[in-house]
Amino acid sequence: MNLVIIKYNAGNIQSVLYALERIGLQAKVTDDVEEITKADKVIFPGVGEASSAMQYLKERKLDDVIKHLTQPVLGICLGMQLMCRFSEENNVNCLHIFNEDVKRFNSAPALASDKIKIPQIGWNTICNLKTDLFHSVPENAYVYFVHSYYAAAGEHTIASTDYLLRYSSALHSGNFYGVQFHPEKSADTGERILKNFIERCH
Amino acid sequence: MLSKRIIPCLDIKDGRTVKGTNFVNLRDAGDPVELGALYAREGADELVFLDITATVEKRKTLSELANRIAHHINIPFTVGGGISSVEDVNVLLQNGADKISVNTAAFKNPKLINELAKEFGSQCVVLAIDTRKEEDGEWYVYLNGGRTKTEAKCVDWAKQAVDLGAGEILLTSMNHDGTKQGFALDITRSLSTQLSVPVIASGGGGRMEHFVSVFNEGRADAALAASIFHFKEIAIPELKKYLLHNNIPVRVI
Repeated sequence: MNLVIIKYNAGNIQSVLYALERIGLQAKVTDDVEEITKADKVIFPGVGEASSAMQYLKERKLDDVIKHLTQPVLGICLGMQLMCRFSEENNVNCLHIFNEDVKRFNSAPALASDKIKIPQIGWNTICNLKTDLFHSVPENAYVYFVHSYYAAAGEHTIASTDYLLRYSSALHSGNFYGVQFHPEKSADTGERILKNFIERCH
Repeated sequence: MLSKRIIPCLDIKDGRTVKGTNFVNLRDAGDPVELGALYAREGADELVFLDITATVEKRKTLSELANRIAHHINIPFTVGGGISSVEDVNVLLQNGADKISVNTAAFKNPKLINELAKEFGSQCVVLAIDTRKEEDGEWYVYLNGGRTKTEAKCVDWAKQAVDLGAGEILLTSMNHDGTKQGFALDITRSLSTQLSVPVIASGGGGRMEHFVSVFNEGRADAALAASIFHFKEIAIPELKKYLLHNNIPVRVI
């Protein structure tokens, strides 16, 4: 298995590498176009800001490369958001692999007297799970989220989560998968999902 | 629904856990990684590693520790203790820490919070505040592990820090810390209802009902404790079940 993690100007890449090591997988972190194109599976992670990440990808022509990958690709957190059509985070056009748009959580309709906390930080549940990415993951399993922007619900939604509203916690189109949460930090459930991507997503 | 978090805190000196522990089934209870992994298996939602080493080798030991934790533990963790520069944070994050916590250095140089948030994102910047309620009824900020009093009020400093980019507040009440008589509900509630970022309550948790109170009345987003977990006075799986039974959303594994 030739597994590649796309290297770019976003954080959290090491954590994904270590999580894969914990489940017995070696991955290569690279921004080399040929290595990415030839990989059996590609992981596109990231914590950071959308517009500067898009600019970085464009400067290195990685935007076109990622868009035209034909092997299974898993976007994580910012990686998933960059695979959407458009992000409100500094209003940037993204890769448009998924038709969904990325919006900012709006704290305006605050419930009761409590402040709505943004970013959402912590463990929340995923439901309406579809595709083999969630093979043997129970409905309403808890996974770890850290984010201020979310992908709206849409045709490519394969998992949903409620925070202020119901949004896409995972997306799928063809060979592309994306998860808003951090499987690399989501205990056994997260490891299950990473394994599913490696073993069951084609 | 977003769950409430239970966070064990491990004090570290020279790469080892400081406070004694009561885990007979651990090969080496002094090894923070082994203890942390046990908590992760038991259902802890996050871990905090607080370094109290004062030597010059500190920085290297701590980054090596972060690296070992990141390799072995599959839940998020925060590293804190004496962090005072962007470079300190960069090294820790590069070694796999998910968040860092700053305290005294940030108070003395608030710009640090802003620099860290810009460089790495607010989501990884936890501001730790040690606070004590004085006779005038006000909560004041203390520095240097609680040794130095300031004239700053806890709520004011927390608000300023959030404006500067702090992504979470770790609030320790010095009046309650170590008492096992319950968390400081009033100041926790003030912060949690006034700030737009999560508040982690720390200090005073001794019985399971204290955790119910800190979530219900204190409105905390997370609760942190150390010795009650280390000495198994409260086991995390039982605590989670108890909280769930009391209608508090928690992750039960």
